[in-house]
Amino acid sequence: MGILEDHRRFKDIVRGRIKHNFKKYVTNGEMIGKQENDLVKIPVPSIDLPKFKYGPKQQGGVGQGQGQPGDGTGEGEGQGEAGNSPGQHMLETEVSLEELADILGEKLELPRIEPKGLSQAATEAIKYSGRAPVGPEGLRHFKSSYKEALKRSIASGTYNPDDPVIIPIRRDMRYKSFKKTMQPRTKAVVIYMMDVSGSMGDEQKEIVRLESFWINTWLKRNYKGLETRFIIHDAAAKEVDENTFFSTSESGGTLISSAYKLCKKLIETEFSPAEWNVYPFHFSDGDNWSGEDTRLCVKMLTDFFLPQVNMFGYGQVESKYGSGQFAKDLEKAFPESDNMIISKIENRDKIIASIKDFLGKGK
Amino acid sequence: MANLTPELERARKSIMKIAEQVGLDFFQTVFEVVGYNDLNKIASYGGFPTRYPHWRWGMEYESLAKSYQYGLSKIYELVINTDPCYAYLMEGNEFLDQKLVMAHVYGHCDFFKNNQWFSQTDRKMMDTMANHATRVRRYIDRHGVEEVENFIDLCLSLENLIDRHAPYAKNKVQEQKEEAPIINPEIFSQERPKLTKEYMEEYLEGTSSEAARGKDQKRFPSEPQKDILQFLMHYAPLEDWQQDVLSIIREEAYYFAPQGMTKIMNEGWASYWHSKLMTERIMDDSEVIDFADRHSGTMAMAPGGFNPYKIGIELFRNIEYRWNRGQFGRDWSECADIQEKANWDRQTGLGRQKIFEVRRDYNDVTFIDEFLSEEFCVEHKLFVYKFNERSGQYEIDTRDFKKIKQQLLFQLTNFGQPIIKVIDGNFENRGELLLSHDFEGVDMQPDYMVATLENLQKVWSRPVNLITIMDGEQKIYRHDGKEIQTFNLSTLPKGSAEASED
Repeated sequence: MGILEDHRRFKDIVRGRIKHNFKKYVTNGEMIGKQENDLVKIPVPSIDLPKFKYGPKQQGGVGQGQGQPGDGTGEGEGQGEAGNSPGQHMLETEVSLEELADILGEKLELPRIEPKGLSQAATEAIKYSGRAPVGPEGLRHFKSSYKEALKRSIASGTYNPDDPVIIPIRRDMRYKSFKKTMQPRTKAVVIYMMDVSGSMGDEQKEIVRLESFWINTWLKRNYKGLETRFIIHDAAAKEVDENTFFSTSESGGTLISSAYKLCKKLIETEFSPAEWNVYPFHFSDGDNWSGEDTRLCVKMLTDFFLPQVNMFGYGQVESKYGSGQFAKDLEKAFPESDNMIISKIENRDKIIASIKDFLGKGK
Repeated sequence: MANLTPELERARKSIMKIAEQVGLDFFQTVFEVVGYNDLNKIASYGGFPTRYPHWRWGMEYESLAKSYQYGLSKIYELVINTDPCYAYLMEGNEFLDQKLVMAHVYGHCDFFKNNQWFSQTDRKMMDTMANHATRVRRYIDRHGVEEVENFIDLCLSLENLIDRHAPYAKNKVQEQKEEAPIINPEIFSQERPKLTKEYMEEYLEGTSSEAARGKDQKRFPSEPQKDILQFLMHYAPLEDWQQDVLSIIREEAYYFAPQGMTKIMNEGWASYWHSKLMTERIMDDSEVIDFADRHSGTMAMAPGGFNPYKIGIELFRNIEYRWNRGQFGRDWSECADIQEKANWDRQTGLGRQKIFEVRRDYNDVTFIDEFLSEEFCVEHKLFVYKFNERSGQYEIDTRDFKKIKQQLLFQLTNFGQPIIKVIDGNFENRGELLLSHDFEGVDMQPDYMVATLENLQKVWSRPVNLITIMDGEQKIYRHDGKEIQTFNLSTLPKGSAEASED
């Protein structure tokens, strides 16, 4: 009922659950690609119903400011519409990544994380959870102070229900106090592998980037001291830095084993599973070059990855050349494996669902 | 009275008294303090507590709620044109903000009550909206949410096709129906004759109507009609509930129309008064800095932007200044001496009186037309921008006064939307709808136009046609429910007028 119902319906349309023919009126923006100084633009989806209206480009408008004829006006769009009807506009909000991660603050977790490593050094965390009779005024806790005063005045018989005035005295005051807790620090590394081969179209790459970006953002926020590594591969694999990972496009054939080999090497040399919680994620459209290579991958998974890593995630985007084979091969090879998670991402709207596949609780 | 704190209530009383003293005249104004979430809800509903169920309120809500959450923007004031006026203050705003908002709101309320373009609006709209909501809910119960919502979507796609000036015309909105011609449905199954050049030429000159359909048949509608929603209500083959939904959309569109027609004036007027009342009467010394901060925040124009608040307030101030010094009339306009004009002061002192007249009689179009002066454009550095195809960006086109004025007026006329009329509800005697776009130099956006025609066709059920100019050529677009066809008027096949007759 009311606005919440309207809001739910709007979101259903935007997510394509109802009214599929409206998809074409939905303006959906990027979530990444515009990250600058820790800021991204999160566009608010909007549905623009068709109307008879002027084309924007010919129209122009009136503005105000310095400049000579011929100078650009910066973003001039939309200003011409003095007195336009309310509502249908696109609103771009700039928020920090931290806040964005909160949006994604669903109940996710890195599954089966374990205390590992030599540096079992616990970290100290401070939590304001106690009450103390002394403390700085800034931390005075009104409610408990009031309760104390109330208790005292009732006990001493000065409380009058008809004139319930409570006058607190010095010793009624209660202040928030902190407690130190020790938290074991856990060492964990997440290794992202992405297929950037030619068979991955722009849309597929975008989906993969969005998904890995969100997983990465979420994990970084929620696990302090998390290590991350990035690998891209087509027919050959290489390790890259974060920025490259989210912006490169290559094209070539696909040899998934190349990435797995590199990942294996990385784990062996830097992140010994005895000391580290290891989480490899691999994203691809599932179009591997040959069955031979797939068999090699399966072998590596069976012999090396699955026994050693905490979880191995494989995300497959819908290929533009039909559905890729790799996910099926993996499902066949590891029907019962409990630390291999395979998730299919049909389109943009499934990204959140897929992230939950990987990081959802109870996995 | 509403839920104001004693402090706010004291402020309200004193601001109201001051507003009355300076001559503002408003309906009783009820202020209510609401939390941000409620305020966002109300704002999504266009200021009303209840509206008919529809996703677009949810869309509005999402953007308001998000931008509030991220601290990007918040709503300071919200006031609706009803009697009594309802205005909302956001809980937790600073006391100074609340006072500023109250002063601003009294400006709006005065404008609502006295500007003639609001004279025909429904002042009990709160009840009317609630009533609309009830009716739509009833239809949803009966016909299902999908069906009703889909029809509302169709109507909203056409909601700008009203005649904004109709409520003020002498004979008011024509509520009586004309007699619709009787069409023999057999004709629909016959193959459509080719559209010919002669036919269209004669048709548009108005000479063919008799030739094509016999002497006893008049054109239908007898005059081109801008209120297309009404035309559809009367003549489209709609079910009762659909007709009612359409009338609801239309009624609400008419209710909101004057706010669009007076955006610059209304905001300018309210800003003029909040500024004057705050600085001269209401504020403490300690509040000056904060006031200046808020005020300039509202008035700021982004480089290359256009802020109706700013243009409005400056124009009102400019008018007051000019009429105080007698800078009007023939002597003034014929004076060519810049020096003399700059020092012109006839001590007329008519400024205050004049701005009150202006707020009564004008709308944005006439306001800009009459009071936007060359000096004003220079002083406020106004320019016209255009899209440059080659550089792919918007660029300053010119600072020529005439062009600026022309561009502004063009944007404001008919809400900056194309003017479209029904010229025939029985086109070619086949029960088709023919619309015509009064071309003013700017093409319509083609994809939107086609999609809108498709929606219109769903309402009208017979094919719909639209004459417009696209890429410099006069064209007819026809949507028959399946596909869009385009005819170039100048290259239509030749044929005799008789041949096109059925």
